[in-house]
Amino acid sequence: MATKDVVRVAEVTKDFDLGKIVVHVLKGINLEIQTGHYISIMGPSGSGKSTLFNMIGGLDKPTSGKVFIDEVDIAQLDAYELAWLRCRKIGYIFQTFNLIPVMTALENVTLPMTFAGIPNDTANEKGMDLLNLVGLDGRHAHKPSELSGGQQQRVAVARALANDPAIILADEPTGNLDLNTGEDIITLLKKLSKERKVTVISATHDYKMLNVSDKVVWIRDGRIDKIQNRDELNIQTGGVEKTTG
Amino acid sequence: MKRLAKLPLKISLSIALKNISVRFFRSMITTLSLVLAVAFLAFTLVSNDVAQSLFAVGDINITGKLSTLGYDISPGAESISASAKQRWIVVLSLLVCVVGIVNAQIMSVSERFREIGTMKCLGALDGLVVKIFIIEAGIQGMTGSLFGSLLGMISALLMGMLRFGMLSISSISWVAVLNSMATGILIGTMLSLLGALYPAYMAARMQPVDAMRVEQ
Repeated sequence: MATKDVVRVAEVTKDFDLGKIVVHVLKGINLEIQTGHYISIMGPSGSGKSTLFNMIGGLDKPTSGKVFIDEVDIAQLDAYELAWLRCRKIGYIFQTFNLIPVMTALENVTLPMTFAGIPNDTANEKGMDLLNLVGLDGRHAHKPSELSGGQQQRVAVARALANDPAIILADEPTGNLDLNTGEDIITLLKKLSKERKVTVISATHDYKMLNVSDKVVWIRDGRIDKIQNRDELNIQTGGVEKTTG
Repeated sequence: MKRLAKLPLKISLSIALKNISVRFFRSMITTLSLVLAVAFLAFTLVSNDVAQSLFAVGDINITGKLSTLGYDISPGAESISASAKQRWIVVLSLLVCVVGIVNAQIMSVSERFREIGTMKCLGALDGLVVKIFIIEAGIQGMTGSLFGSLLGMISALLMGMLRFGMLSISSISWVAVLNSMATGILIGTMLSLLGALYPAYMAARMQPVDAMRVEQ
């Protein structure tokens, strides 16, 4: 194989114990994701895609099975190693943007660099570059409440890139945005993934995502339904659009 | 896999300061109960200082007046101590104040669930989150107790002047007053920190994924 697996999920199951009943959310998932790819995880709500997504991001631990990031089993990591992973290796983008409301756009972008121990001046300089990169020049002093949804998500994208992560995890990044703004964010993510060789993994049910994805993983009822490559996709999206429109 | 280094205290301090200054009005209200409780404590302590120094003057009239004001003066005693009733009221007011602080801090943590979760996703260690909340509580506690004990001291002195005239000021031992104020500040700050311990622990123990799940 020319490209190595940046993420490998092996036989992962996840149960949620709700006291009286146990819900089996993931029922054995196997998945390999190669470096530099743009992956979409698709599935109806309740299918377990968010859960799978949280496992990949090291935000949640599987009931059984293993998740490897760069061939390291993340269940074996201690708190400091896990924090390092979240800080340096993974960039998160959330559906609800999750910017820190009391901080300006620039401070939000530099926060992960501060956590990584990068000196202030360097962090500020890089933060400004990143804000320019996502098209927010001159907005660095604005608080999240003074920015539109699309602009907030751009700040979040810049923040996700702060420590040059290998992986960007985007959980429904367009879920709270209108059509055009959502498309802008998708284009931005695709561009960054291409230019910076970042692996983008996004959980979504936004069909606009399909056009830019290298691979789409369909989740249904806690299992992988099918994995499609890009060439199979275009036909599929055409079909989807016809039936919905 | 590499490990993330602990951050210097300076960073938690700057984040905590930012949080306080942005939520200034909010933190003022949180601090207000502490201000009042410490003011009451300092008022009682300084009032006792005033009574003590007046008693030391040894005038029969003044001693009689102190007695009618409710100070326990046993015959032949050398000094006045705070009455048991007084002590109980102070302890109760401080107790109520701690409950108020815990309540306000838990509110402030649950209000910021998502913020804390996001910071953890970005690589914040549990220790950093604890430090931020403890520092915030410490700053609030210190400023609150400072204002509280100033307020208590001033009102106690004014009260003394009203009852006994300038004699209460001229005879007073300022060392004792400063001592009482320092006690007030110390106790207030300690209580504020104590009240923040559990909420800070709660914030630090929270899993980032739980924080993300909270609907806001």
